[in-house]
Amino acid sequence: MADATISGGMPTGREARPVTSGPMLAADGTPLRASLARSLRRQKLRALLLIAPLLLFILVTFVLPIGDMLLRSVQNGIVADTLPRTVAALSQDASEVPGEPVFDALYTDLVIAEEYKRHTQLGTRLNYESGGASSLFRGTGRAVGRFETSIYADQLRDADPAFDDSAQWAAWMADPGNRDALPQTADAYDAWATLTTEVHGDDPAEEDVGDFVYAALYRDLAAGSRPPAMPAVDVSGFETVTAKELFIDDDDAWGEPAIWNTLRAFAPRVTPGYYLNAVDLQMTPDGIAPRAEGDRIYVQLFIRTMVMSMLITASCILLGYPVAYLLASLPMRSANLLMILVLLPFWTSLLVRTSAWKVLLQQQGVINDLLVWVGVIGNDGRLVMINNQTGTIIAMTHILLPFMILPLYSVMKGIPPSFVRAAKSLGANDWTAFWRVYFPQSVPGIGAGSILVFILSIGYYITPELVGGTKGVFISNRIAYHISDSLNWGLAAALGTILLAMVLLLYWAYDKLVGIDNVKLGG
Amino acid sequence: MTITKLLGSAALVLLPMGGAAFAQDAAAEELPACENCADSMVIMSWGGAYQNSQLKAYVEPYAALTGVTVTWDESSNEAIAKLRAAQEAGNMPFDLVDVEGPDSQRACDEGLAVEIDHDEVLAPGSDGSEPSADFGDSIINDCYVPQIYFSTTFGYRTDVAEWNGQTPDDICDVFDVEAFPGMRALQASPKKNLEWALICDGVAAEEVYDVMEEDGGVERALAKLDTIKDSVIWWTAGAETPQLLADKEVVMGSTYNGRLFSVIAEQNQPVEMLWDYQNFDFDGWIVPAGLSEDRMNRTMHFLRFATDTQRLADQAKYIAYGPARASSQPLVSTHAELGIEMAPHMPTNPDNMKNYLVNNIEWWADNQDEVEAAFQNWLAQ
Repeated sequence: MADATISGGMPTGREARPVTSGPMLAADGTPLRASLARSLRRQKLRALLLIAPLLLFILVTFVLPIGDMLLRSVQNGIVADTLPRTVAALSQDASEVPGEPVFDALYTDLVIAEEYKRHTQLGTRLNYESGGASSLFRGTGRAVGRFETSIYADQLRDADPAFDDSAQWAAWMADPGNRDALPQTADAYDAWATLTTEVHGDDPAEEDVGDFVYAALYRDLAAGSRPPAMPAVDVSGFETVTAKELFIDDDDAWGEPAIWNTLRAFAPRVTPGYYLNAVDLQMTPDGIAPRAEGDRIYVQLFIRTMVMSMLITASCILLGYPVAYLLASLPMRSANLLMILVLLPFWTSLLVRTSAWKVLLQQQGVINDLLVWVGVIGNDGRLVMINNQTGTIIAMTHILLPFMILPLYSVMKGIPPSFVRAAKSLGANDWTAFWRVYFPQSVPGIGAGSILVFILSIGYYITPELVGGTKGVFISNRIAYHISDSLNWGLAAALGTILLAMVLLLYWAYDKLVGIDNVKLGG
Repeated sequence: MTITKLLGSAALVLLPMGGAAFAQDAAAEELPACENCADSMVIMSWGGAYQNSQLKAYVEPYAALTGVTVTWDESSNEAIAKLRAAQEAGNMPFDLVDVEGPDSQRACDEGLAVEIDHDEVLAPGSDGSEPSADFGDSIINDCYVPQIYFSTTFGYRTDVAEWNGQTPDDICDVFDVEAFPGMRALQASPKKNLEWALICDGVAAEEVYDVMEEDGGVERALAKLDTIKDSVIWWTAGAETPQLLADKEVVMGSTYNGRLFSVIAEQNQPVEMLWDYQNFDFDGWIVPAGLSEDRMNRTMHFLRFATDTQRLADQAKYIAYGPARASSQPLVSTHAELGIEMAPHMPTNPDNMKNYLVNNIEWWADNQDEVEAAFQNWLAQ
């Protein structure tokens, strides 16, 4: 404060010092407070700039993908995007199996979706919710082009040859009067014109207009529309087909409520369906219900992941604690040498270590051979130690052990040996001195190691995949399956989000029970 | 089923073959220059012995003729998933994809593969026949350029002490863990496993797909598989079963017949084939949708070369699969390195065809999504 001068400026109140009558000024004459704030701000800015690359990196590679994942777990635009007319018509129709207008809309939607080859994606999506939807959409998608709706085109062309003229059609459909009078036709024609340009790269004014446009025109005319700039056709005597019958003829499933319930349930653009699926539930017309017995796997997998991660953490503590104790109590030279042995696995590829366990653990492997040779087990009693939970626990304990030993070691290094000596000099035997004096001081290391090992193992993927068979795999393997094989990314996102929430919950519980301040990574 | 006719005729042609002349030099002169073509390509295939046969028969010769760099991606097993993911991401990393028949149908239905005018794109047969006639029924959809037909079948070790000198000769021995104890390797996929399970559950071979179509049919097959579930190691790559057999980790296992041929004839392992109810399918190329023009040109140029009569016949010199072109079949002869006759090892050899199944491509294309989901759930139970 030596360079601060006191001036007779305005008092600031907040800095009310009894002796001053105005703000303190810095050397350059600005108020000290402002000057300090400026320099602090500059410091903060500099600090921010220094961490900016990391911040940006985390934002782009971590926060955004997680946000995207959270969104994907509820997004469901595919039904409304692929079958927009059906969804709109369905909202007007509450009957179990809807009426003719919905089937007419479905016919138009499906013909268009088939041209874009989008119906199979929709089928795959709905199949996640209701088995059979995929084959239904594929089968009907193939058949829908052969539906006998060409009779409308034929009859209209017979009634007036102008209906055969593509250029004429383009002109009619550019006329606002016609468009207002023929809403369905205008909509169908626009969709047809777009797909003719986009999918086939042709000019709509030169191509034969699609059958579904004629069918739409027939419906408009039959409903009594009188387009101003079009030849008048009396359609009352026309031979007709009904879309509903055509669909049900193709596949009985269209006449049953199941597919319609699914379509109604998944028409909205946001759905809880993936989350329900992730906890073995499903949406039904009567509300939320458990899935069929054979399809309930995720709750069981979550529990298995938790239990096995705890077992792995426990075996890491059991194996790691003595090693860390030995390292901490040995003289520096030999401790360093042993430390290298602990770290050595870190320098070997994870894949190599896991494959090595395969060689060791398999039934004709090294360990079984050794046991048979020693005579512990007979040749026909070889142990099954791989492709099951045992394999996963053994291999993952080995792989995660250093994450337990390192924090334990650094905490133990910080425990002064004099404490144990003092306890012994006061009459404690070896065990009491260890258990009452040494062990409590090493608990923060166990805490840190356990959190590391547990959280790492809960999300582990490659090791369980290679040595876990079918019984020893984790929820992460299922997530990977849905990401890369079944491509049910929504379900994968929901499962991932639940896993994330569980880890946060456990972290919170740990903080409440043990206290996160009690976790130490170093002395 | 038309595929069976083709298989039958192939078997007749295969038997009396003599040596075939190499026509490689001639091909080099015929190969037209490729205009506006990418100078590298990524081919998705199956890895292992099969990919090696492709490498030797036409990829290496093509690279030598044109200087193109070929990168392999060994994930045909999950081709549809990869293609869907690539399409969703808007970036197609593959130029040519090798898939089985049903997957080609799915890719074609979903717009993942481009449609191909076979007579335009492919080379005519060495006998001057139109490509579409030469390939005949093996062109199962507009996107598919078939290479070979193969079968999925079982191999077993011949030195299992617990079997007391017996060897499996019936597909249902796979399901008999009493008489034939030991681990089995099965594909972690419902295809073929369900058919075998139903046959061994008493369903007649020709009714298998009808039963699967019924309510409870798939469950019935899974219930049969349940009886051996504890004795199964599930594989995802065709090379795993040969490895597991060689390591004595399994006593029998299913895989593609060419892979077993490699184990038996090339590596001399004590393994034999169980041909009973071998399951036939096609393998071939699809061209992914969304390639840039230069990459598309390169792919088509390669495709024309790699599926001509001589190249497909050459492939059979390295692996025991039958070429899909009728004009290639008389040219199949002896193994390129071992010099043994390939005919007895071909799935179409009459001795090997007493009982067989033909994969129902349309049924699987339509139903794979739901059956796969049910199977994976069953596996996870």
